[in-house]
Amino acid sequence: MSEVAVQNPVEKKPLIGKKERKLITDPLSDNNPVTIQVLGICSALAVTTQMKPTMVMALSVTAVVALSNFVISLMRNAIPPRIRIIVQLTVVSVLVILVDQALKAYMYDISKQLSVFVGLIITNCIVMGRLEAYAMGNKPVPSLLDGLGNGFGYGFVILTVAFFRELLGSGKIFGFQVIPDAMYEAGYVNNGLMMIPAGALFVVACFIWVQRSLAKHLEEKE
Amino acid sequence: MSTLFLAADLVSVFVRSIFIDNMIFAYFLGMCSYLAVSKNVKTALGLGIAVVFVLTITVPLNWLLLNKVLKEGALAWISPSLAKVDLSFLAFIMFIATIASMTQLVEMLVEKLSPELYGALGIFLPLIAVNCSILGGSLFMQERDYEFAEATVFGLGSGVGWMIAIVAIAAIRMRLRYSDVPAPLKGLGITFILTGLMGIAFMSFLGITL
Repeated sequence: MSEVAVQNPVEKKPLIGKKERKLITDPLSDNNPVTIQVLGICSALAVTTQMKPTMVMALSVTAVVALSNFVISLMRNAIPPRIRIIVQLTVVSVLVILVDQALKAYMYDISKQLSVFVGLIITNCIVMGRLEAYAMGNKPVPSLLDGLGNGFGYGFVILTVAFFRELLGSGKIFGFQVIPDAMYEAGYVNNGLMMIPAGALFVVACFIWVQRSLAKHLEEKE
Repeated sequence: MSTLFLAADLVSVFVRSIFIDNMIFAYFLGMCSYLAVSKNVKTALGLGIAVVFVLTITVPLNWLLLNKVLKEGALAWISPSLAKVDLSFLAFIMFIATIASMTQLVEMLVEKLSPELYGALGIFLPLIAVNCSILGGSLFMQERDYEFAEATVFGLGSGVGWMIAIVAIAAIRMRLRYSDVPAPLKGLGITFILTGLMGIAFMSFLGITL
């Protein structure tokens, strides 16, 4: 019975079916935008010294990817192929301006901390990559889900990176101190390497190492 | 005396933007193409030159746009009644439009004037419109409030810094083919670690003040 139901999805199609769920879960691991597709590295590394701005960044990127996927997918049949990059950039930058204005209005401190990286969401390769690879050839709702999934995949990686950088670099999580003062008195020292840009690269490299050791089929062959 | 001062200031901006505020090692901008196109030195150099080219043109252009059109009161040169207009919220979209149209224009010009250079850079130029380091250059220019000359030198210096980084990593990756890297780290992972090590090496420039 269940096979019949899968074969006739038109008749009784649930809102979140198997295919739709895959669109969201796939980018979290096997098709992760950062560690597998190698997109959006630029901002992934620069904002991850603390968890709070990282969270805001992840949400902003998710919103922009999902909405721009949706909008471009709606317009996909009307865009002339030759000028599609300019059209895509225009849509994305309008969305980023909205996000930037919202951040400036409601979270001024974090907006200052993220500085140019909010604007750089425009050229975040995840956004352009998903538009080219998915939204230009698929219907609006799956595109929206694909955008959400990739946004979450991106958020998952940068939050993991930020977790280790903040924990090891300043002994805090979300700004709350978790390593007790007694440890510091006993001679524990924060790892300064985590606070410098190079630290982020090492954490991401370790992330990739662990991920590819667990899932051998993801290894690169040269 | 003042020209000497200005020249010293420009040299300082130039050296800072290449070594201390390096686009790759300090801010990770343009990492996508940095990772994708760094498999051999020749193509890396081609992309590097194209980036220098486009950054040197777009940063001063966007400076003009920002200071003569977008900033609060910048429109006063047209008519005093426009002195209160503040269009700076449009900065992102104007910057990216300048960058996209400039890359298109540069591509057409190069094709017309020098077919050999076009053969070498041709495939990279359209890619550059979405390279974060180009937009990043303009955004840093806005954030740091440079003068016009400083902005031009900053664009050039950031481009050169980016080029040095991608050529160096490409050379290292070519040697790396003969070394025994753990399988899960191959490719992407080891490149990250190398970039981190190079970043630490570049931090030694931090002590330099000009």
